[in-house]
Formats: sequence, structure tokens, C-alpha cells
Amino acid sequence: MSAPAVGRGKRAQTTRSTASLRHRLAERGVDKSLLMLVPAIIFAIALFVYPFSYGVGLTFQPSLATQDQWGAGIWSNYVAFFRDPFVFDSIYLTMRLALPVALFNVLVSIPVAFKLRHRFRGKKALTILLVLPITLGTVLTAQGMLIFAGRQGWLNRFLVSTGLVDEPLTLVNNYWGVLFSLIISGFPFAFLLISSYLSGIDPSIEAAAKTMGADWKQRFRRIILPLLAPGLATTFILTFVLAFSVFPSARLVGDASGETRVMALMAYRSFGELNDYPMASTIAVMMGLVELVVIALVLLWRASMFKGSTGGKG
Amino acid sequence: MAIAASKFESLELRNVGRSFGGANALVDLNLTVRAGEFIALLGPSGCGKSTALNCLAGLLPLTHGEIRIDGERVDTVAAERRGFGMVFQNYALFPHLTVEKNIAFGLQMRSVAKPEIKRRVAEALALVKLEQHAKKLPGQLSGGQQQRVAIARAVVLEPRLVLMDEPLSNLDAKLRLEMRTEIRRLHQSLGLTTIYVTHDQEEALSMADRLVVLREGRVQQVGTPEELHNAPVNWHVADFMGYRNLIDLEVTAVNGDAVVVEGRGLTLRGTAVERATVGDTVRVAIRPEDLVVVSPSVPVRGGNSTTATVSVVEYHGREFAVGVITPGGQALHVRSDFPPAIGTAVELTASPERVRAYPAELVDPSTLSVEERELEEVRR
Amino acid sequence: MAAHTTAPGVDLPLPKPRTKGTSRAPGEKSLVASPTTWIVWAGVAAFFIYLLGILISVIVDSLGRPWFDSWLPENATTDWYTGAWERFGMAQVIGVTLTVAISVIVLSVLIGVPAAYLLARRSFPFKRILTLLFLLPVLMPPITYGIPLATVMYNFGLGRSLLAVILVNLVPSVPFVIMTMTPFIEQINPTIENAARMSGANMRMVFQKILLPLLVPGILAAAVLVLVRTVGMFELTYLVSGPGSDTLVVAIYRAMTASGGGEARQLVSSMAVVYTVTMMVILIIALRYVSPTQLVARVKESRED
Repeated sequence: MSAPAVGRGKRAQTTRSTASLRHRLAERGVDKSLLMLVPAIIFAIALFVYPFSYGVGLTFQPSLATQDQWGAGIWSNYVAFFRDPFVFDSIYLTMRLALPVALFNVLVSIPVAFKLRHRFRGKKALTILLVLPITLGTVLTAQGMLIFAGRQGWLNRFLVSTGLVDEPLTLVNNYWGVLFSLIISGFPFAFLLISSYLSGIDPSIEAAAKTMGADWKQRFRRIILPLLAPGLATTFILTFVLAFSVFPSARLVGDASGETRVMALMAYRSFGELNDYPMASTIAVMMGLVELVVIALVLLWRASMFKGSTGGKG
Repeated sequence: MAIAASKFESLELRNVGRSFGGANALVDLNLTVRAGEFIALLGPSGCGKSTALNCLAGLLPLTHGEIRIDGERVDTVAAERRGFGMVFQNYALFPHLTVEKNIAFGLQMRSVAKPEIKRRVAEALALVKLEQHAKKLPGQLSGGQQQRVAIARAVVLEPRLVLMDEPLSNLDAKLRLEMRTEIRRLHQSLGLTTIYVTHDQEEALSMADRLVVLREGRVQQVGTPEELHNAPVNWHVADFMGYRNLIDLEVTAVNGDAVVVEGRGLTLRGTAVERATVGDTVRVAIRPEDLVVVSPSVPVRGGNSTTATVSVVEYHGREFAVGVITPGGQALHVRSDFPPAIGTAVELTASPERVRAYPAELVDPSTLSVEERELEEVRR
Repeated sequence: MAAHTTAPGVDLPLPKPRTKGTSRAPGEKSLVASPTTWIVWAGVAAFFIYLLGILISVIVDSLGRPWFDSWLPENATTDWYTGAWERFGMAQVIGVTLTVAISVIVLSVLIGVPAAYLLARRSFPFKRILTLLFLLPVLMPPITYGIPLATVMYNFGLGRSLLAVILVNLVPSVPFVIMTMTPFIEQINPTIENAARMSGANMRMVFQKILLPLLVPGILAAAVLVLVRTVGMFELTYLVSGPGSDTLVVAIYRAMTASGGGEARQLVSSMAVVYTVTMMVILIIALRYVSPTQLVARVKESRED
């Protein structure tokens, strides 16, 4: 039964010249199966490349209102962005939230992840609890904080009745409200990431350092930290992006026109309330740039820390 | 026996070559395989033996040459239509299918009738003695069992040609020996034409009818196990076939192909593989088994006698593997039937026909494969 | 005291005497000294108390009235739920949420899996650029591409439509599917496909009989993760949705920020509870297929778990 078609030699002979071109292309990895990429490429161009380029183009077509106020010309959106303190200050206000949050999340995650890296009872339950705030999202966290940490909430009630404070603390509708909300949604994220990077480091490496007489401080500084550095950098970037672009909490538990007037909020204001799409795109693009600068700095730090691989995790 | 190989007269590889973006992985492989033969492709890693096998299977297109079966070209036929069976190094069993279904897969692809599939799968299972594991998933089997499933999966198709890509290299030493016998038994009882890739010279020598030794994509030697064992054509093949002592010495006398070589505190009578003249530097290759310590039961052979100092002794069952150093500082691997004390001087001998002198082309280390370079470093 | 197993003869500093051994595996000495243990546990506990406080107060709030200057509300009621259900058209909102989620899952799997397969298995010209292109949306703040995309959609007259909500959610989902599936496909042994071909299966059969069954767990995990993300996605959905195409999160946000100080707090709370319960159900289903770590990133779970 197994007499497969070997009688195709003739056809192959006659089509030899084209076959060799096809062969040469196949050598470079070009053949019919690349068609499987087509949907993804269409998707990327239609929903990402085109709109994004369009948006960048839009930033050079300022609205009449912007041109009236900040001078005519294609740059007037950018002039407005840098000159209008109401807009420009939002960079600082965003950084004041996102940087401490990202730093806190990463720095606190390290010792916690170390403490919890061994197997113990309830570890799984703990991890699931940690996933909770990620799935709740910022809107829900905000609603909960307004009730729980508000002036009448249980938290202040507890603090006042135990005499820890005289006056109820103002924990929402200001900087601290947003900060807490960002930590609540960002910390579990950072923790889970760092734990898994940590588990990616072969324990025998640390054991080897131990047999060579390194104490835990030396082991941490000389072995673990350099190996963990790429993971820390990635985690920092991801939690930073998360905190950087979040805006519901800035509006719901912050002071949206004052100390938590973050860039995302300004972009939404231009887009949704003022319908100034060019200005909204300008702020959006500037957000991307600012984030890029932070990421570049982190990657520089990482490059100075480590030149190797943790073993393919992440 | 119901499972039997479908036959062809000859399989012919003509100038088969394969290059990857300019780098030649395989150059001008010419080979004619007769039906029922067991051929081993042998060589260090990166020598092109797996490339050759994949080209033959159709998993890699050829860049040069052609493959014919009974005169008809097969290199233009897609892998799934060549009717070959293949056994992979990592078994490559379908992890989501039971043993039974793994074996039946190929038959289903060929739309064989259900009762026929059932019968042939049962036979194949019996052949590899895995009847009681038919319903298990591959993950529940040991490495050896998995490899037997892989073999059953290949032979159940009654392939014209079975290709095996280092099928035993993932098994432990004991199992490897058993599977070696098993594969040889299957080959002989089913009359399967087999091409077997391995880097283990012992495995190749013990199993194959003919061996093809490859190095850097080029065929070095084709021959029977005896030919390769006793008469490697160049020092690379000798090196690979277990001639662990490779020493560059100077020719001081020539008489036909009998030569006397000297250097590094050694004087040996040997056999020149190619013409040599006095004053030439040759690379002398001697197997450790052929270079022995003289003892009451081991007399001097062919007038060859030289002394060296013992540096290492290993127990190897009936004999001892001894490391010695010649007065000229050359380390040698020799055998002894008694354990000499470390630091003592011993007398060595070897019969002149087992001392093979090859032309020593100057070796540029960059042309050596990684393995060869590593070996060089250890030797120094 | 944790057992101290090291090679004999190696001079090691002994662990600090005050180290109170919690139940650690023998041979594993804590890296951080003891007082930090307590600080860490206290911190984790505080975090959870805060978290649970938030959750429970929302639930209590949604079930009681009135609740102003007291520890607990005076009466229990479920009126807020019926109220919210009618007032915000919850049935419709939940319907929209599910439609969007399911469409996004199906589309992003159909687009992402073939691409992931090629990225995992093949090399071809411009591969790095394409990979970068596919992953770029994950690296950017959603607003950076969201606002231009939303502008384009309004220009095309798609604004506030269900289609726009689905499309906008595809932007982070497709890269996410690619990111999850590429390593998953990489760990499937490619010689298995070769083995199938050598058994006589053509490419279509290899896909149908071998690859697809092997990919199912990965696709399932990716789908569940996309589900969690899409239901929770606020920023992008909010940009293009409107009445009739709001998902649950956006509906809650609108209720909280509606002009005139927002809706009654308890109405919002009851909606929030509905959302939380939905998310919990999804989460419980999700955790059957994926590990918690996967919910945040494509990092494999450690072996010790």
C-alpha cells in the first residue's frame, strides 16, 4: 500500500527554474505559510499604525482655538503643551504619582517576595487574594476607598475611636487617595512578577555562593541582585506604565483639577470635553515620549547592572 | 510476519549537498544503498550527518544533487509522500495521543481500513513488546518504552526506508545496549532498509553493515565496520574511530610502507598509509588497545619497544587503562594486564601494522569542529 | 532554627542567633534576617486589611440604608440592586460586556495564534520589526494610541458603536495573545510536526490532528486572560463607548461621575458588587486554567508550586 507518488519527477524537471527561485526564497523563510501573518499585519496596520500615524499628523494641525491663543503654525499644539502651565504641570503631577508608586511597588516587593518564596501553607490562597485587586480594577477600588477611607469610613472611625488621631484623616480626594489606589492595584502585580523572576533563579547558584562562604548580604548584593536586575527593570517599567496612564482614580479619589491633574486626565479632557482632537493627540503623544524617556533610563540602569541571562524566564 | 518492508532495488544519492545561507552543511554526498542494508552515518556533532538524514527525509530541501529510488527522483517529493519512516532522537511522540493512536496515526493518514489498522497496530505493538501499554499516553512511559513506540510507529507503515536520528542518545547506558540489539533484531527480521545517524562509533560499528564517516559536511570514508576499525583512511577518521594516541613524529627510515618514526622520546616501527620519505613529519595513530605494557604474558611485538613513565592507572574490568608519559613529554593511552605503580618506568610495545602513520597536514585550529578543538585542548 | 546543611569544612557565618525559624524547608536559610520577617508579615496583613475593608464596605454599603455617621447602616435592604438594575439598564450593560468580551476573544485568537505560530517556529525577513510592531501596543500607555484610534473611529462614524468598542479592545488583546502563545508554541517540540509529516500527514492534517489539540490548553489560557482584561478594560472602552455600548466598568464610572455629584452612592455600590461578583466568577474559572502569575504577565509559574 505504501507506494507514494514518486512519479512527479517529470513535472519537477520542467518547472526547475521557478522551483529554484522558490527554493531560494524558501531558504530565506519566504513561502506560502507566511500568509498566516496576514490577519495580524492587517490588524496592526489598521488599528495601530494607521491611527497612530494619523494622530501624530493631527498634532501638526492645531485647532483654530489653539492657534488663536498660542500663535498660528503647525507647532502651536506643542507650544500650547509646553507654555500652558495648566497642561505642562501635569507632567510633574503625573511623575509625582507614578514614580513613587512604581519605586514603592518594586522595592517593597523584593523583601516580601523573598519572605514568601518558599513553600508554605496558604501560599496559593495568598496569591489568589493578591490577584483580586488586579481584577477589580481602579474604578472599583476607587468606589471602595471612598467608602472605607472617607471621613465617615471605617478606617477613620477606627483611628479616631482608638485615639490614634484626633481628627479624621483626609485620605481620599487628594494626592494620597490616588497614591494608595495605585499601590493597591499595582503592588500585587509587581509582587507576582518579582516572585516569578526570583523563582527563575536557580537555587543552586545561591547554594554555590553559600559554599564559598558568602553571607546573606553578600549573596544578595553580589549574586541575587545582579541576576534579578533585568526582572526588576521589567517590573518597574510595567508598574510604571500602569501607574502612569491610569486616570479613573485620579478623577474619582483624587483632586482632578488640582494636585492629581495627571496627563491622562488632560488628554481625556481635550478629547471628551473640549473635542479638541489635535490637542488630545498631542498630549497622548507627549505621554508616550515621557514614558519612553523613563523606560530608556531604566534600561540604562539595567545595562549597567548585568550582562547575562537569568535562564529564560519572562 | 505481516509487517514487511516494501522493497526497492537501490537508493541512490548523487552529489547531494545542502548549504545554509552560504555555509556548506553537506557537500557532495554520493552513496548507493541496496535494499535491506543497514547504513550508519557517523561523525562528530556538526558534521552534517543529521542534515543528510533530514534531506533524505524531505524535511530539508536539497541545494545540490538528487536522490533517486530505482531511477526515479524522490528529492522533489514532499516528505509526507516519500513513504519513509523516521525515528527521532527525542522520540517526538504525539503527547496527546495514546501509544496505540500514535502508532495508528500514519495508517489513518493513508486511509487504511479500520480493521486493517487494528490488526497492524496490534502486530507492531507485539513487535516492540508493548501490548500492555497500548492505552497509555507517552508521558506515562519510560524513555526506552517511548523509543520503542517511536520505532513501532515508524515500522508499522512498512516503509521503504527507515531513517533513525540518534535514537539511542537520550537513553542511559544499559538501556542503550539493549535497544541496540532490539533495533538490530527488528532490522534483520523485517528486512528494513535503514539509515542510522549516530555520533557513537561503537554503536555504529556494532550495528551497521556499512558506515559513512562524515566530517564538516564531507564524506571521509565509506566502508564496512572492519575496514573502518582497522584501516581508517586519514587521521581524522582514525581519531574518530578510537585511535586515541595521535602523535606527530618524524620518519627516519622507509622500506616500502614500513617506516620507522621517531620523536618525543619515542622510536616506533609503523605502517605508512600514504607514501612517506625520510624526514617527513607524519601523524602516528595508535589505538590504546594496540599499545600495551610488556609483561610476562605480553611479549614485545615486531621489535617495537619503548619506555615511558606511568602517570595514571584506571581499572577497566579485565585490563588496566594506563596513562604514561614518554621521556619527551608525550602523554599516551596504553593498556596493561597488570596495574603498574605510578611513577615507575614501563616498556611499551605495538605491532608495526597497528601503528599507522598518516600524512600530517598542518592543522589550522579554526577548521576543527568544536568537539575536536576541545579534545585537542584536553590532550595538551 | 533552620537546619544548616552545607559542605563540611566550609567556614560559614552562622545564622544570626535571634533568627526564629518559621517552618522552612531544611537546608534553606532565610536570606533576610528575622525582624524583617515581622515587618513583612505586618505589611502584608495591613495591605489585606485595607483591601478587605474596601471590598466589605462596598458590599455593606450596597445592602443598607441609610449609612452616614455610624459603624453600620441602620437597615438592610436589597432595593439598591433592583433600583440600579432598572436605572442603569444593567441587563443590557451586562449583555454588551459579554458580547464585547466574547467577540474580542474569538477575533484575537483567530488573528493572534497563526501569527504566534510563525513567530515561534520560523525565521523570515523583517521578523524582528514585525515582532516589535505586534508588541508595541503593550509597551505604550493605552491613551497614547487610544486617543488617535478613537479619533479615527469617530471620523469613520464608528463612535459609540459596539463595533468600535470591540475593535479598540482588540488592540491590546491581539499582542497579548501573541505574547502568551509564542512561548507556548515554542515549548511544543517541533520534531513532533516532522514526525507527523513522516507518517504521511500533509500540512493541513498536521494542523488539525496534531497542532490544534496540543494548542488547546494554551488557547484556553490566552482566552481566559483576554476575558479578564477586556471586562476590566476601562481606559480604551471609555474613549469610544456611549449609551448602548458601555461595558460594566464604564457604566459604573459614568454613574460615579454623572453631572450633579453622581448617582446615589449606594446605587453605584450595588453596581460595583455586581461587577465584583462577575469578575470573581470569571476569576474562579480563569484560575482553573491559568496560574495567578499569568494573569499579570507571560511568566511561567515556578517549578516549586
